[in-house]
Amino acid sequence: MAMLDRTARSLLLIEIAAGMWLTLKYFFKPKVTINYPYEKGPLSPRFRGEHALRRYPSGEERCIACKLCEAICPAQAITIEAEPREDGSRRTTRYDIDMTKCIYCGFCQEACPVDAIVEGPNFEFATETREELMYDKAKLLSNGDRWEAEIATALAADAPYR
Amino acid sequence: MVEFWWSYAWPTLWIVIQILFLVLPLLIVVAYLTYAERKVIGLMQLRMGPNVVGPFGLFQPFADALKLMTKELIIPTGANRVVFLLAPMLTFILAMVGWAVIPVAEGWVLSDINVGVLYLFAISSLGVYGIIMAGWASNSKYPFLGALRSAAQMVSYEVSIGFVIITVLLAVGSLNLSDIVLAQKNLWFFIPLLPMFIVFVISALAETNRAPFDLPEAEAELVTGYNVEYSAMAFALFFLGEYANMVLMSGMTVILFLGGWLPPFDIAPLNWIPGVIWFALKVSLMLFVFLWVRATLPRYRYDQLMRLGWKVFLPLSLAWVVITAGAIVVFGWYPGIVN
Repeated sequence: MAMLDRTARSLLLIEIAAGMWLTLKYFFKPKVTINYPYEKGPLSPRFRGEHALRRYPSGEERCIACKLCEAICPAQAITIEAEPREDGSRRTTRYDIDMTKCIYCGFCQEACPVDAIVEGPNFEFATETREELMYDKAKLLSNGDRWEAEIATALAADAPYR
Repeated sequence: MVEFWWSYAWPTLWIVIQILFLVLPLLIVVAYLTYAERKVIGLMQLRMGPNVVGPFGLFQPFADALKLMTKELIIPTGANRVVFLLAPMLTFILAMVGWAVIPVAEGWVLSDINVGVLYLFAISSLGVYGIIMAGWASNSKYPFLGALRSAAQMVSYEVSIGFVIITVLLAVGSLNLSDIVLAQKNLWFFIPLLPMFIVFVISALAETNRAPFDLPEAEAELVTGYNVEYSAMAFALFFLGEYANMVLMSGMTVILFLGGWLPPFDIAPLNWIPGVIWFALKVSLMLFVFLWVRATLPRYRYDQLMRLGWKVFLPLSLAWVVITAGAIVVFGWYPGIVN
């Protein structure tokens, strides 16, 4: 009897018909593709994208050269040199991130006591040369200026959960 | 001179014009079949398919053609140059030549020979030579294995295709393709011969090396099988040949089982539509089935493929030949009398 059942099933193409019916249903389903450069998916406030160095509203840079980010960076992508400024405050003279080494773990922004180094929502920073991915302090500060609004919103949205 | 014109030059020119009228739309259909395939499979996988080149990606086939034409044709050092270059041409030409006997509408046929079915069967069987030649001439292991598989597979499935054709011939009593279509005036053959219809469609998939029988070009094991060493237009000809073969097999299915150019019911709004449109619609439906199957089924293992061909289809189609012949004799449904 089992044999008859099996033979009938295979001769009547039951399984294949079921499979074909399934693919036909999918044929008419709405598609999940996002038309990328024109449409984009949602980003979490915790998204870890391109780095930025932030400033206080006064325009003073936040970074105090404590080098916690450099110390915690598992990929050793951050290089910091620091010396006192004319007014006596401790500031970085060099703040480099090698974006080709960075693994975007977000430890630097977790370590930062003054929310100076953050990973912003920008992930579209592909370049044509490798050299352009060696970010220096000027580049990071300009990123901070450019993305401040988005970064501030994201930090505020995530603040209640920290 | 006048004599020469009317007795020789004009008929030759006229047949060339007719051929162009058949082949040019056919090439466009083949080009758009590649687009349709990507689109259909994409949609079934919840993707969009090509949609960048032109509206809805409709110019994609032309972009592909342009790309392939500007690529470099590489001939491997170890290859047999003549056979290597002959193989894609042969595949493509054979896929085109079959259309000589396909009636796309009442009387619209290049050559209305009275053994049309045999001609089609022979041409579709010859298709394996292009693949074997490619596999052998490439002098490389993957193409060779692909060609061997292809040969074994096509030979196996031709046997059952042959029996399916015999059942149809028993029901028609003629080998002329137009007669076969006209015999379906009242009832398309896929209803009384449903099992044979299914066997034919599945064998057609195997015959054209389409999924789930695309072992000769199994990407996972053979890279792409017999066309590994091909590039540029030689590759394009293989590609076109394969798709043209799909169209040819669909056309054959439509003529043998789906009533060719005949409308589903011979009533007022349906029979106003010209036969060629019905034919094109039916061929499109069959082609959709080809793509649909590819989007649904995984590839057969080689021994399963052989088992299906020899241990299922062969006995089944042979039995159906006997049953059909017996029914015709017992009930006196001799073709000439019924139709």
